[in-house]
Amino acid sequence: MALVRTVLNLRKTLLSSETLRRLVSVSTPALDKKEIRVTFLKANGERIESKGKVGDSLLDVVVNNNIDLDGFGACEGTLTCSTCHLIFKKEDFDRLPEKPTDEELDMLDLAYDLTETSRLGCQIILSEDLDGLEIKVPATINDARDS
Amino acid sequence: MIYNFQILRYFSNIGKKTPKICIVGAGAAGFYCAQHFVKRIKDIQVSIFEKLPVPFGLVRFGVAPDHPEVKNVISKFFLTAEHPNVEFKGNISIGKDVSISDLTEAYDYVLLAYGANFNRKLDIPGENLPNVIPARRIVGWYNGLPEEAGLKIDFSSEKVAIIGQGNVAIDVARILLKPVDDLKETDITQHALESLMSSKIKEVHLIGRRGPLQAAFTIKELREMLKLKGCGTYWNENDFVGVESVLPSLERPRKRLTDLMLQSIKVQREQYSEKKFFPVFYKSPLEINVLNNSIRKTITLGINRLEKTDKGDTTISLTNTREMLQSDLIVTSIGYKAVTIDSSLPFDNKKGTVINQNGKIDNRLYAAGWVATGPTGVILSTMTNAFNTAEVICKEIEKNKTVWDKPGYESIRNKLNKANIQVVTWADWLKIDDYEKKAGQRCRKPREKIIDYEKMLEVAANK
Repeated sequence: MALVRTVLNLRKTLLSSETLRRLVSVSTPALDKKEIRVTFLKANGERIESKGKVGDSLLDVVVNNNIDLDGFGACEGTLTCSTCHLIFKKEDFDRLPEKPTDEELDMLDLAYDLTETSRLGCQIILSEDLDGLEIKVPATINDARDS
Repeated sequence: MIYNFQILRYFSNIGKKTPKICIVGAGAAGFYCAQHFVKRIKDIQVSIFEKLPVPFGLVRFGVAPDHPEVKNVISKFFLTAEHPNVEFKGNISIGKDVSISDLTEAYDYVLLAYGANFNRKLDIPGENLPNVIPARRIVGWYNGLPEEAGLKIDFSSEKVAIIGQGNVAIDVARILLKPVDDLKETDITQHALESLMSSKIKEVHLIGRRGPLQAAFTIKELREMLKLKGCGTYWNENDFVGVESVLPSLERPRKRLTDLMLQSIKVQREQYSEKKFFPVFYKSPLEINVLNNSIRKTITLGINRLEKTDKGDTTISLTNTREMLQSDLIVTSIGYKAVTIDSSLPFDNKKGTVINQNGKIDNRLYAAGWVATGPTGVILSTMTNAFNTAEVICKEIEKNKTVWDKPGYESIRNKLNKANIQVVTWADWLKIDDYEKKAGQRCRKPREKIIDYEKMLEVAANK
């Protein structure tokens, strides 16, 4: 119990240090893990091809590759915003191993352009059979939705 | 020597020939605008003015202490503030220390992002009685807003009525009903924690004018209430007549929220808990009366009926039926509004926003966030609005053929120096930040906020 608390506190200290957070990548490096190809399709038609490792979330892929998506991942993967909203092809959506939790759906309900195949990128963990995944990034900017 | 000096001047002048923008307000809208400006335009200078000595607006003073994850947005704000083309200038009150016309003279563009920091009033008799308190003030009190540090709230009786059902109302309900031990390691202010430790509150009634299908809270906040340790949620089944039958026709977010309420009703008889949460619908407060000069109060509630308008919208109308609710602490939570900070601004006092079209108020004068849109939506909505408004300005900058020779912050600094105002820079804020985190470590909190304005300035001035 004490050990758990120490580890948790250590994690808290590390996470609360802004400088460290910016220097350390979100995921742990693992050299022996296979690279998974992921393509992000932006609303303006731009294709961004990138790679992640098995065990990375799609949010990790965006952060670790410095992919320029406006405001993506604002809450840093803690299920308190919906800025990492991504839209999957139906067949990809159906084969994602983990179904969305109530908490993920709760946040998705606040997303713009919600679809039946929407998920939050921070909740999708890459596995080998997701290699070649193509995902749509909904528009955030210039979509003239606000009054 | 003279020659070198001229070269230096030549280069520094080049540096100055860039568009200069100032943002009024260092909350989420201001920071997201700044983030977009420096991303889109390489040569630009952005000043962010903040009335308080500390940045982040409602992310610091609004987000509930038991929602630390929501505050993660701050790490992006740090990156923006530390960008070489951005400068944070705290403790400057625009409209008082510096006028809007001073800003439009010094800067190429002025963007108002100072939010909506007043609360709407019920305008009913008894609203000003003791222990009838706007939720905004209670939120400011437990989050360390200097102006609310001295707020006195009496938690000595069991029953609380909250008027309004938005997420702010739910935040207050949750903080009042949550086991106080679960707040101890948050960044809640020490004075709030100590008051809540002796709180006798057992029941919170969350009163809404309309029905379950119009409920203003979002599903995440409701789910959190339903899972709250030691607290049961109880609904009035009569409020839900006919609701189940319209469920299939609702859009997904509304459907899931309504379904969650219906599921909760099914289990409400099985729960036993010491504390109780009662969301009630179709009731409008009409009057608050005090009993025999004591803290005891009753609210007269008018029962509403839902009606369809000719356009097909739903509206409520007050029936002649009345109901009394006894409650000693009454919290009003019917929304925020912005107020003007400078008489030159066109302002819609009824809506509580600056008059603007897609963010544009006038030439070179813009607004983003709640002062422009009104106080609704989550961080995503503010972020999207900020990005969109900033983009409109970026497009204007690209089209604009001016020589960009405005003085920028320099002329404002001269004015502030003359008035002897202590400006809090980003480096100064980092001292406050560090001080608060260290103070927090001593009591296992992420930070212990400085609640005293003078103390903030003192720490900021430390060498």
